[in-house]
Amino acid sequence: MKISKDIIEHVANLARLNLTEEEKSALASDMEQIISYVDKLNELDTSNVEPTNHVIPITNVFREDKAEASYPREKILANAPSSQDGCFKVPKIVE
Amino acid sequence: MELYELTVHELSDLIKEKKVSAVEITKSYLDRIEKIDSKVGSYLSVLGEDAVKKAMEVQEKIDKGEAKSPLSGIPVAIKDNICTEGIKTTCASKMLHNFVPPYNATIVKKLLDDNVVIIGKLNMDEFAMGGSTENSYFKPTKNPWDLERVPGGSSGGSATAVAANLTAFSLGSDTGGSIRQPASFCGVVGMKPTYGAVSRFGLVAFASSLDQIGPLTKDVTDCAIVLNCITGHDPMDSTSANVEYPDYTKALVNDVKGLRIGIPKEYMGEGINPEVRDAVLNAVEVLKKLGAQCEEFSLPLTEYAIPAYYLISSAEASSNLARYDGIKYGYRAEKYTDLLDLYKQTRSEGFGTEVKRRIMLGTYALSSGYYDAYYKKALQVRTLIKKGFDEAFEKYDIILGPTAPTTAYKLGEKVNNPLEMYLGDIYTVSVNIAGLPGLVVPCGFDSKGLPIGLQLIGKPFDESTLIQVGYTFEQNTDFNKRARIGGGL
Repeated sequence: MKISKDIIEHVANLARLNLTEEEKSALASDMEQIISYVDKLNELDTSNVEPTNHVIPITNVFREDKAEASYPREKILANAPSSQDGCFKVPKIVE
Repeated sequence: MELYELTVHELSDLIKEKKVSAVEITKSYLDRIEKIDSKVGSYLSVLGEDAVKKAMEVQEKIDKGEAKSPLSGIPVAIKDNICTEGIKTTCASKMLHNFVPPYNATIVKKLLDDNVVIIGKLNMDEFAMGGSTENSYFKPTKNPWDLERVPGGSSGGSATAVAANLTAFSLGSDTGGSIRQPASFCGVVGMKPTYGAVSRFGLVAFASSLDQIGPLTKDVTDCAIVLNCITGHDPMDSTSANVEYPDYTKALVNDVKGLRIGIPKEYMGEGINPEVRDAVLNAVEVLKKLGAQCEEFSLPLTEYAIPAYYLISSAEASSNLARYDGIKYGYRAEKYTDLLDLYKQTRSEGFGTEVKRRIMLGTYALSSGYYDAYYKKALQVRTLIKKGFDEAFEKYDIILGPTAPTTAYKLGEKVNNPLEMYLGDIYTVSVNIAGLPGLVVPCGFDSKGLPIGLQLIGKPFDESTLIQVGYTFEQNTDFNKRARIGGGL
């Protein structure tokens, strides 16, 4: 399958990546090679096969609804690239 | 004999007999790191003074009889994708180059409860994506057996630190072979436990349905001791299995009589290096002589495991890595036009080439119009691969084979060919896809003197049988002893 520049740009936007022209052409050729390899899976008939998301049969893991201490705010904000007045700081998003 | 050459259980005996202190042991390793690690590059951070201080505290507890675990006073080093409170955890990525976790991973907490001494954090492929540790943002790690060769990956720092006697044991993570393949390349013991046996809370997620933390050790006895500490149900990880976990040291029994061992013929055919093949066949002969019943059988879906693995793992990675947006922690780009551009610029500058490649592949496989053809298809093939193992385990107690098709290759040899690098995972990825435990022990050396690892695959939650077979093999051959020379450094 041909991976066009349009597809690369579409997927990069979905993945929130800005790619250089060089990266785009390298990724197109890498992905084309990898996708044509994984197309091998089509040799297998899976029409009546259930997909396995998780190998161990665990569903609906519940715990008691109990209030527990949360992390101190300053400890969480310590890793933030930018913070102000106890909040994460981001560029203005509302005009 | 230097202290750094000893195993966990040997050191533990000396501590109990009051022949050495935790402080002496920690200093022995720190000195060794100071001398050797500039050549190998196992560590991303070393806790010098802090580790010595911790060792003093632990020794006081030992003296008062308050620290009695076989791990008390033993130095450990941890892969840098496992969160350590107050200690930088970078995933070997620019994205997390300055990230200091505000909490400990559950396994770190368990280790600290047993009074281990953390001496440092270990290099890896960025976000655990790779098989050679060349994808680290900071530096490549070298194989101590030959410094021009890769240590394997992604837990390359974890394997080399044990192989070169730069720690008593280490923790790694394994999503498609990332503990077992470097263990094979470096001549150490490595275990990927059953999915759900070890809590993933605090392990930075790569592919959540495949990731598992496990130990890398100098021998099988140490592997059992560390497993005893780190396995167990954890309410903080909803995929953690709430089952009975045995005492794994009870499986340290020198006996394989009557055990049924299956060897998949697909693991021994095309693509395997003849020297690796011979070493595995020799291991089969050793186990046969000791009374095991060994026979070849077919796992016909082996060739589909890699394509299924790369779709599933990349899809999960693209979703897991969406959280790196430059807002709450980690790297943020300096120049951007608006919020959307902040996300994009941050991610473009913060992630390396291989990580971007996997995010792109995974996003593609999950995107509208391709989901059924790729992601769902891979999950269906996963069902078939798991069924193949279920059927095999009706006939065999364990499955035996090689870990990797080759021994360690040269740095730079495969770095520009992603698909070729992926194909090196052929014997390891199925184990993650099916959620099984896998143990690697040294089983030989090639003509260049590079180690070869034997892979033993078990039924879910039957790590004990793997330990028994691994231990028996270790006791009846001299490969472990020959591999225990610190890589010659």
